[in-house]
Amino acid sequence: MNIVVCVKQIPDPETPAASFKVDEAAKKVIPAQGIAPVVNPYDPQATEAALRLKEAAGSGKVTVISLGPDSARDAIKHALAMGADEGVLITGPEFEDIDNFQTAKALAAAIQKLGGADLVLTGRAAADWDMGVVPLGIAQILGVPCVTVAKAIEKNGAGLKVERVLEDGFQTVETPLPAVVSVSNEFGEPRYPQLRQIMLAAKKTVQVWGANDLGIAGEMGKENRALVLEALYVPKVESNVEIIEGDTPEEKARNLAQKLRAAKLI
Amino acid sequence: MAGILVIAEANEGALAPISGELLGAARKLAGEGAGSVTAFIAGSEALGKELIALGADAAIVDTNPALQGALAEVYLPAVQAALQQSGADIVLMGQTALGRDLGPMLAFALGTAVSMETVDLKYAGGKLIATRACYGGNARAEVSFKNAPAIATVKAKSFDALAPDASRSGSVSTIDVAGEARVKVLGVQKAESTGIRLEDAPVVVSGGRGLGDPSGFKMLEELAALLKGATGASRAACDLGWYPPSQQVGLTGKVVSPNLYIAVAISGASQHMAGMAGSKNIVAINKDPDANMVKAAKYAIIDDYKKVVPALIEEIKKLG
Repeated sequence: MNIVVCVKQIPDPETPAASFKVDEAAKKVIPAQGIAPVVNPYDPQATEAALRLKEAAGSGKVTVISLGPDSARDAIKHALAMGADEGVLITGPEFEDIDNFQTAKALAAAIQKLGGADLVLTGRAAADWDMGVVPLGIAQILGVPCVTVAKAIEKNGAGLKVERVLEDGFQTVETPLPAVVSVSNEFGEPRYPQLRQIMLAAKKTVQVWGANDLGIAGEMGKENRALVLEALYVPKVESNVEIIEGDTPEEKARNLAQKLRAAKLI
Repeated sequence: MAGILVIAEANEGALAPISGELLGAARKLAGEGAGSVTAFIAGSEALGKELIALGADAAIVDTNPALQGALAEVYLPAVQAALQQSGADIVLMGQTALGRDLGPMLAFALGTAVSMETVDLKYAGGKLIATRACYGGNARAEVSFKNAPAIATVKAKSFDALAPDASRSGSVSTIDVAGEARVKVLGVQKAESTGIRLEDAPVVVSGGRGLGDPSGFKMLEELAALLKGATGASRAACDLGWYPPSQQVGLTGKVVSPNLYIAVAISGASQHMAGMAGSKNIVAINKDPDANMVKAAKYAIIDDYKKVVPALIEEIKKLG
């Protein structure tokens, strides 16, 4: 099975709220000082899913694609160190500030340039914009089904059996291949790259493609966004908190209980 | 072309709460000049009448049985047919298992865009502006749409439903359209929930990474049981495996708006705030007086929860 995994490098979502700053005029996040960007936390699970399917089949190839600045190589290297076979970096000025619809077009074009895939895996969403749109877009462009928010994936005859996470439970579905599947955090722990694998990963091929290589230069660029960013800002929190006083923690607790009772909250 | 198409949903023959909330949002936009409101629903004509009472000017009911329990790809041609019939240039749906797939699918099929998990909407200067949380809730983005229709999936409890008004009138028409199911549903399994559902609980007691270890949740469960409430957890606590992900409150978890929310050892990362900011009264128990959660609270205790919570349980028992 030929599997493509799409990964993204994002600002660290654990960045403390106090260090998170936005340039409202440029409608951009200002990178926090000293906090390096990370692999989107859902993406190693997508890579893990790909590796498990390859291992279960005993053959196949896992190609990891990332669209982003040159530093996105680190996200690709992480997947290669986990065990993916090859990497593709899609980069260039045309991709700056594009929307997720353009991202899906670029990733789909890269998958087609690779000669297609039996299965495309992504994280359930990128934790920066948190939309979850790209996997459905890739599927629509490639004309294949999409199964979202998977917690378990197994080969089932010529297709896949996938367990999906719903708001109040789980759903088991069966999809033919080729297909796109987005993987959720419920999938389970991704493997941690070992030193030997990290060294092996350094020798693996990472191709670099620009918008012209993919024949999509005319559709990229901020001016071609279908989703227009009107404003980006940090919401303000107004505080009216009453700190419950007391000499000991126990006294504070008693005072709180009485306050809550007086306010008829308990 | 103008107007709003609302994709309503029903569970086991009854309208889902999101349907009323979407119509509440649509009526607000209609009041701002976005045109008339058409509601789409899969099911019976009776549901169409309920949608009129909740604020729709017209309803389109798709009676095709293949839509029941179906995935978004089966809905896609049905919604496209309703869109054509209504002439709407705005489509609203819920951020539900259906909507989170259908929104992007529809957007890509029509060459337009979608705002996911939208928390606010306005119609100004002839265009729809959608507000949504991003960067783990640290930032808000306002987006508009270059092409029509503008599509937004709306987060639960972001808008209030209107009270049903049986005297409202509007046409209910039926269609019979369903797409091909390439992906087959083999079965659905409800998550086993013990006690009261988190989303319905009048009191929620939640714990975070600051608990230090999973045993802290035992204490929180005792407090929640005493207050006839439910126990929740932050994303960080769930990621550490301290509490089941089904009980996660936050951007990527459940959205709750209880009368009383007690946040124990939760710093209040935006990821968590996005799931509980609608709570009527917030109590924070935290060691850090500068924690975001303390700022957002009505009452706060700055101390070690291990000493505060048992004393709180004891005092509440005493108060009876």
